[in-house]
Amino acid sequence: MAAENEVSAIYYIQHHLQNLTFGNHPQNGWSLAGSAEEAREMGFWAIHLDTMGWSIAMGLLFIWVFRKAGKIATTGVPGGLQNAVEMVVEFIENLTRSTFHGSNKHIAPIALTLFVWILLMNTLKIIPVDYFPELFGKLGFEYMKIVPTTDVNATLGMALGVFLMILYYSIKVKGAGGFAKELSLTPFNHWSLIPFNLVLEIVGLIVKPISLGLRLFGNMFAGEVIFILIALLPFWAIWLLDVPWAIFHILVVSLQAFIFTTLSIVYLSAAHERH
Amino acid sequence: MNINMTLIGQTIAFAIFVWFCIKYVWPPISNALHERQKKIADGLDAASRASRDLEVAQEKAEQTLRESKEQASQILEQANKRSAQIVEEARDQARAEGERLVASARSEIEQEVNRAKEDLRAQVSHLAIIGAERVLEASVDEQAHRKLLDELAAEL
Repeated sequence: MAAENEVSAIYYIQHHLQNLTFGNHPQNGWSLAGSAEEAREMGFWAIHLDTMGWSIAMGLLFIWVFRKAGKIATTGVPGGLQNAVEMVVEFIENLTRSTFHGSNKHIAPIALTLFVWILLMNTLKIIPVDYFPELFGKLGFEYMKIVPTTDVNATLGMALGVFLMILYYSIKVKGAGGFAKELSLTPFNHWSLIPFNLVLEIVGLIVKPISLGLRLFGNMFAGEVIFILIALLPFWAIWLLDVPWAIFHILVVSLQAFIFTTLSIVYLSAAHERH
Repeated sequence: MNINMTLIGQTIAFAIFVWFCIKYVWPPISNALHERQKKIADGLDAASRASRDLEVAQEKAEQTLRESKEQASQILEQANKRSAQIVEEARDQARAEGERLVASARSEIEQEVNRAKEDLRAQVSHLAIIGAERVLEASVDEQAHRKLLDELAAEL
């Protein structure tokens, strides 16, 4: 989609980066946002329908495929689906075993969910940027941003989930008192430095999910912007840049999913450790 | 770029997927995987054990074969010896039998000869008498010449 002038190019980019937002608008009440302006005015009480829809669809795809593989799983010779699924499961299991030094059996499934889900969501990026916005435009939806991981809400949402698990396991393993002690008496074990320790540790704790979410978001968003910019080139030149960038993104997509998963395991492992 | 309810929604969705994964997805796949691992390990174990058994069996078979070969050659040797012995014995027997047959035949022949001589002698003496009677044409006193005739017959 070649842009004729600068204004339309900016419009095109902004249009592709706007989520389909449903929320409580001060004037229009509960409605779909017709513009980026309206979406902003909705404030916190709004939801990105495209992000939620696509992420849940990918999550269900993961659950469905892996559940199916689990149902047909035999201890004998595995079929194609089972083979592929087992490869992923084994990869996550090894990753967990090498990173997590506890006996918690839930860490590996958590990591599997994170990895496959993020991988699937990231992979949506390989789909040409215009297909779904055009299709949903025909169906009457103004905006459609199909890659959930380019929405900061989605990545921070998952990071928040990981953060809650860090808190849960910290308290479960060390007890509320032990966790409070860890926050207040490390790194300097002296009563007079408790406030200093608290500030340091709480910042350290909160930085974990934020860095986790923003790293994934930043990488995916930047990649998406480049895809949109490439789509602005004349149609005969698009493939020249688009194909290498897409191939490069096969790496980025899996690498980012891997990093998010590994760091989550590392954080959860730290939550299990006593000082 | 607005932070909104999507954040919470995504967290909830994440929690549900994680729960489902822990409950229904991970256990069957993981179990199947580990069970197969164990099965393969057992299989490899059994295979190595079997190959060890095979080696032992082969060794045993070889030994048995060697022993039986030895035995066979022993038996063969014995048989050879025995057959030679039998042949020797048979030859001896045959020779003895032959000699015996020859001896009996010879004695029979001798007997026959003697009998023929007796017959001949009797006939000759008879013939001599008849001849003498014819020559002399006279009656010879048999009583007188009996002794002479008997001497003549004995001489023949």
